[in-house]
Amino acid sequence: MTKSFSKVSGFLLAVLLAGCAAQTPEPGARRTLTVLTHDSFAVSDEVVAAFEAEHNADVVFLKGGDAGTALNKALLTSQPYADVFYGVDNAFLSRAIEEHLFEPYESPLLADIPDEFELDPEHGALPVDYGDVCINADLAWFEERGLALPASLDDLLKPEYAGLLVVENPAASSPGMAFLLATIGHYGEDGYLEFWNALVDNEVKVVNDWETAYYTDFSRWGGQYPLAVSYASSPPFEVLFAEEPLDTPPTAALTGDGMCFRQIEFVGIVRGAPERELAEAWIDFMLSPQFQEDIPLQMFVFPVNTNAALDPAFVAFLQEPENPAFVSPADIAAHREEWIEAWRAVVLR
Amino acid sequence: MKPSPRYALLWLLPLGFLALFYFYPLGSILALSFGRGEDGLAAPFLEALGSESIRRVLGFTVWQAALSTLLTLALGLPAAYLFARFEFRGRHLLRALTGVPFVLPTLVVAAAFSALLGPRGWVNLALMSLLGLDAPPIEFLNSFAAILTAHVFYNLTIVLRLVGDFWARLDPRLEGAARALGAGRWAAFRHVTLPLLAPAMLAAALLVFIFDFTSFGVVLVLGGPRFATLEVEIYTQTISLFNLPLAGALSSIQLAATLALTVAYTRLNARLSRPLALRPPENARRPLNTPRRRLLAGLTLGALAVLALAPLGALAARSLVRLEPDRGQRTAQTGLTLEFYRALASGERVSGFYDSPLGAIRTSLGYAAATVALSLALGGPAAWALARRPEARLSRILDPLLMLPLGTSAVTLGLGFIVALDIPPLDLRASPLLIPLAHTLVAFPFIVRSLTPALRSIQPKLRQAAAVLGASPWQAVRHIDLPLAARAGLVAAAFAFTISLGEFGATALVARPEFPTLPVMIYRFLSQPGGLNYGQAMALATLLMVVTTIGMLGIERLRIGEAGEF
Repeated sequence: MTKSFSKVSGFLLAVLLAGCAAQTPEPGARRTLTVLTHDSFAVSDEVVAAFEAEHNADVVFLKGGDAGTALNKALLTSQPYADVFYGVDNAFLSRAIEEHLFEPYESPLLADIPDEFELDPEHGALPVDYGDVCINADLAWFEERGLALPASLDDLLKPEYAGLLVVENPAASSPGMAFLLATIGHYGEDGYLEFWNALVDNEVKVVNDWETAYYTDFSRWGGQYPLAVSYASSPPFEVLFAEEPLDTPPTAALTGDGMCFRQIEFVGIVRGAPERELAEAWIDFMLSPQFQEDIPLQMFVFPVNTNAALDPAFVAFLQEPENPAFVSPADIAAHREEWIEAWRAVVLR
Repeated sequence: MKPSPRYALLWLLPLGFLALFYFYPLGSILALSFGRGEDGLAAPFLEALGSESIRRVLGFTVWQAALSTLLTLALGLPAAYLFARFEFRGRHLLRALTGVPFVLPTLVVAAAFSALLGPRGWVNLALMSLLGLDAPPIEFLNSFAAILTAHVFYNLTIVLRLVGDFWARLDPRLEGAARALGAGRWAAFRHVTLPLLAPAMLAAALLVFIFDFTSFGVVLVLGGPRFATLEVEIYTQTISLFNLPLAGALSSIQLAATLALTVAYTRLNARLSRPLALRPPENARRPLNTPRRRLLAGLTLGALAVLALAPLGALAARSLVRLEPDRGQRTAQTGLTLEFYRALASGERVSGFYDSPLGAIRTSLGYAAATVALSLALGGPAAWALARRPEARLSRILDPLLMLPLGTSAVTLGLGFIVALDIPPLDLRASPLLIPLAHTLVAFPFIVRSLTPALRSIQPKLRQAAAVLGASPWQAVRHIDLPLAARAGLVAAAFAFTISLGEFGATALVARPEFPTLPVMIYRFLSQPGGLNYGQAMALATLLMVVTTIGMLGIERLRIGEAGEF
């Protein structure tokens, strides 16, 4: 035991030394790019290696906690320690803009990205990927009972769907916040509380985190609720990561009018980045098809670049929302707190 | 008594550590938070105390912590007695297993309770088929009961180790003498054993209370959206609402409460401790050979089994059973499988930044070893100074300060590291060294609290005898204090080990993703849809339990110096 401990300490020491060495720049030598991101970030080794080889650089990734925590860490330090920050989404975007986190960079690859994804006119934050938050339905449950799937948010208020839906708390969970925004986008600021009031009367269940909603309460995984707020990508992942091979997803995303909210994630160059030029190259790389095609299986979200090809499983099973609800980052910034407080007052009392 | 400069020197290392890695980051982030307010320093405090919802949060935080602590003691004390005084088969393994909950990430504990008591947990399934019900009769998750149960589940080991270990070394002849003089069983316990145990019990109760008081994950995941502690509210205000002045005020309130508690504790404790002749525990242990003893053991072990072991077992079982609900009859689980372990071993269908399970175990153990070494090296001198000069002014001021890291909001301190440690050579924001440093901050109070009572109980006459016989002060320490404190040192090491394996507070740090620890890998799997992902999370959690158990057994077998032979 003691021996293996000392081995492990040796390994740790090596990691430490490597870390220190990477931080001392020498002229003409390999450069180091530091990317600060959130816990859900992942990328294939060979994709990063391709960038490192092409630019004679090392890319160091730092994970700063969940998306909100990582953003705060990027914002609050006075000495920039990362060149690039990736992972601010449209629910948090205004915070990054107001705090002047990013330096503008108009990447040439923006030409391949639909305008609807570009929410920062200054090009400080550039869109990388998107994912739709939608209600997922347990198909077998509805089939057994001969019940049709709800086709709209209004349907959820009908008596036949009473006590069937589990949602996440928007104050604690990112899909929960996205679903609240969907209802605000659909019913407007004046109507969403009425909807939630009626949803409470129709026995909606609220939990704090996606894991509990999906793996404990969703009937697909043994719970009592055949409808759960999750992602449009969850059904194809049920096929890709099934215990036994499946031909079709056992669940479906409800993508009716205004039922989904599109989360878009952005990347940007941190103000005062020590490696501005390399950071630009990295952002171009993140927006290029090579990186974009790696995204779905690594991070469970989808590329914004229209030239990126998708895995067949996604082409076959990914449902596109008809008309995802939209709320502008400026509106979110101005009202976020009051919306959450109002929601808490109506739903949790 | 005049404080001797040599004892002041003992404080140099631990205090320097705390100043650099605790007070400096904390001060920086609080200054920054309050600096963002526009209406002065008092405004966020007035906002906090003026808000009804925050007052309710405060009340709930105290109430649930007090109740959880009482329940933990109610189960922990009989169990501590059983482990201290009786020899029975499986004692070591059982003791090691009770330390396992301490390392489990909250989401894993939630999964364990869900596997046991959830809508399709084993208990509900059994009841449904037994009573012919259509719906699960027990609704456990997202309730106040779930919070209390999880707190007992997590913190039982603190009472078992701090009280149990001290109890084991109390001389049973003291109680025997009282009995011989005519005292009843209860009177002998109340007037002899209880006063002697009081310092250890107080220390355990304080640590449990602070853990419950600052509870985050348990309240968030198992309690659900209707419950919030101060720590949960700090997170919401910092991350979700970005109201940093208010978050700073709430952090300060939490700190002040912790400080008040520890000051009260220190005062009380100073009056309670006394030197004792501690015995090697083996001499005091009796077999379970009377019906009365067997009944006590049966009841206590039964309660332990239900509360601590059943969720662990349910979790391990989940990693071996296919989770896919049966298409036709949707009530039962079907079939045993090793598929999840196979998938883990093959490393197929995983995304970037994954390591092999062995690699993750190595990383986790590496951090744990570093934490054990660092926290013993820093906590040892502090405990020694506290034990030898408890009445010195320095000790009386510093003792309560040592507990503060436990009462500090992890979100706040994590941001503090980023804000403060940003100038070379102290630019540690991206260094892997931050992880054992942060773990040591949490382990430090445990080390001090488990070492101090043992060191304090060493009778000065032993040292004086050594001095009379010509031993230098250092020789006296080496041959008297060290061996006598070695058992307590093992308890301290066990805490540091589990705290590190459990990744306490590490989520607040910036991490290099190339070397994920076991808890980090578990989180990754658990946050993705698909049965194979969930199953692999359960399999990794089971591996974490196994590694912890082996580690705890290993630590208990270690012998420092001549401990165990005196």
